[in-house]
Amino acid sequence: MYPLSFSIAHALPETILAVGALLLILVGAIRGEKSAPLVAELAIGLLTLALVVIFIGAKTTATVFDGAFIDDQFARYMKALVLIGSIVTLILSRDFLRRENIDQFEFPVLVMLSTLGMLMLTSANSLISLYLGLELMSLALYVVASFHRDNLKASEAGLKYFVLGALSSGMLLYGASLIYGYAGSVSFPGIAAALKSGPAIGVVFGLVFLLAGLAFKMSTVPFHMWTPDVYEGAPTPVTAFFASAPKMAAVAITLRTVMVAFPNITHEWRQIVMFISVASMALGSFAAIGQTNIKRLMAYSSIGHMGFALVGLAAANAAGVEGVAIYLAIYLVTTLGVFAAIVAMRVQGRSVENISDLAGLSRTDGWMAFFMAMLMFSLAGIPPMAGFFAKYYAFLAAVQAGLTPLAVIGVLLSTVAAFYYLRIVKVMYFDEAAPAFDRAPFAVRAVCAVATALVFCFWVYPAPIVEAATNAARAFF
Amino acid sequence: MAVSLTHYLVVAAILFTIGVAGIILNRKSIIVILMSVELILLSVNINLVAFSGSRADLTGQVFALFILTVAAAEAAIGLAILVTYYRNRGSIAVEDINAMKG
Repeated sequence: MYPLSFSIAHALPETILAVGALLLILVGAIRGEKSAPLVAELAIGLLTLALVVIFIGAKTTATVFDGAFIDDQFARYMKALVLIGSIVTLILSRDFLRRENIDQFEFPVLVMLSTLGMLMLTSANSLISLYLGLELMSLALYVVASFHRDNLKASEAGLKYFVLGALSSGMLLYGASLIYGYAGSVSFPGIAAALKSGPAIGVVFGLVFLLAGLAFKMSTVPFHMWTPDVYEGAPTPVTAFFASAPKMAAVAITLRTVMVAFPNITHEWRQIVMFISVASMALGSFAAIGQTNIKRLMAYSSIGHMGFALVGLAAANAAGVEGVAIYLAIYLVTTLGVFAAIVAMRVQGRSVENISDLAGLSRTDGWMAFFMAMLMFSLAGIPPMAGFFAKYYAFLAAVQAGLTPLAVIGVLLSTVAAFYYLRIVKVMYFDEAAPAFDRAPFAVRAVCAVATALVFCFWVYPAPIVEAATNAARAFF
Repeated sequence: MAVSLTHYLVVAAILFTIGVAGIILNRKSIIVILMSVELILLSVNINLVAFSGSRADLTGQVFALFILTVAAAEAAIGLAILVTYYRNRGSIAVEDINAMKG
């Protein structure tokens, strides 16, 4: 047994967020309606503090809380991504929520609680902590999805997300119960030990249900149906949140589950992951072509991108994990930049969401058009943008693992996807100008500019990300 | 006839199937969906407790207690979202949830 101080030291970011969220609820309750700006700033501060703790805190691997919680290099890498997603979301949401008149102090607190769930999920080392982390994340997400409660679309988005989310966690649990029953353990190393002699049919059955539940949280085909509606209905900063932080956590736990608990039955889960990957890439590429709403388009784009990231997971080797880690970091930065640009889409104080509203943006706001165009090139995977290298690392791992057909399918489908990204660039640069957007607040423009700069300069100095991803992958091999 | 582990698993599997079918086939009210979700979670609990008994390992029962707690929180949030939806739409029929399509 370790002393409590040791456990807390390895779960310090979670402790900060848990205690901080409770204190912020108190601040909000005592200071009343007007406390929203203060609570939001404190929440950003606490999330940043948690991020700093991850960078300067313990660098060793430790399993604490009776084996339920693991703190390793991979967890720290993914937690940093999750926290960056949450911090940027809160920065983007400040001005937007005020203008939409839904600026309440509960919002930052809910984002914090959801982030806490994601951090726990990333570090989960048993089926019980996986479930609790997942539910803490999801329950807060259901509420933020319907945060604009006087808006029909937002409450419908929340309702759809809730119903399908509850179904998916039910399936995940059913799988978990079967795995527990036939492997005799809920801890990931325990499950792996029970499977040393090969796959047991009950466990494989449970694994399918478990992966179905996780695929829902990653929004991959065939469990993607909630994504377009929720992305369209939820307020834009919330959509930015959905597209960034929870995906990082969901992919992280999927990776950890299959790598730590099921390394002995790779053949079984690889088929599932390959199917999910190809189906997501195909749907993400083709279904987005006909979209007119940019948030809906980004929903299909995110489905496709999760498919590309899973190509690396299907490789099931160190290079594959590294590829997924790099892919997620680059996807996070790009998608946050794009959503900053979408948050900035306002005409005379009213937020607009159609692709046609972007027409002629290059003439009314040249810099925004430039940022958006560069981010679109990155999403499409055009060199020298970061998005190209993301796909390169993921596909390279698949080729090394002998999955060349999968990589070829991925490359072909990414050219299909390039069509709708390039169409947005065409609309912005060559179409008749639509009414000009209001000038976006400094923070939103800054997020967009920083994301573009990072995406643009990745090829100059990729070492920090690649090195961190290599170290993260070493946690499993 | 003694009640064996298999009997429990079959009951749980039937309950789980009814729950999933209730969500997918139901065209009437969202309340029915919430009930189906509870049914799914309870079938999982039967599974866990049965496995826990047959393996003489307490972990399954601990898991079941956690699920009960989370299910209560989930139902509370689901009903709260349902109330805001009803205020905006004036109906909780499943076929009326159609503001967004595509």
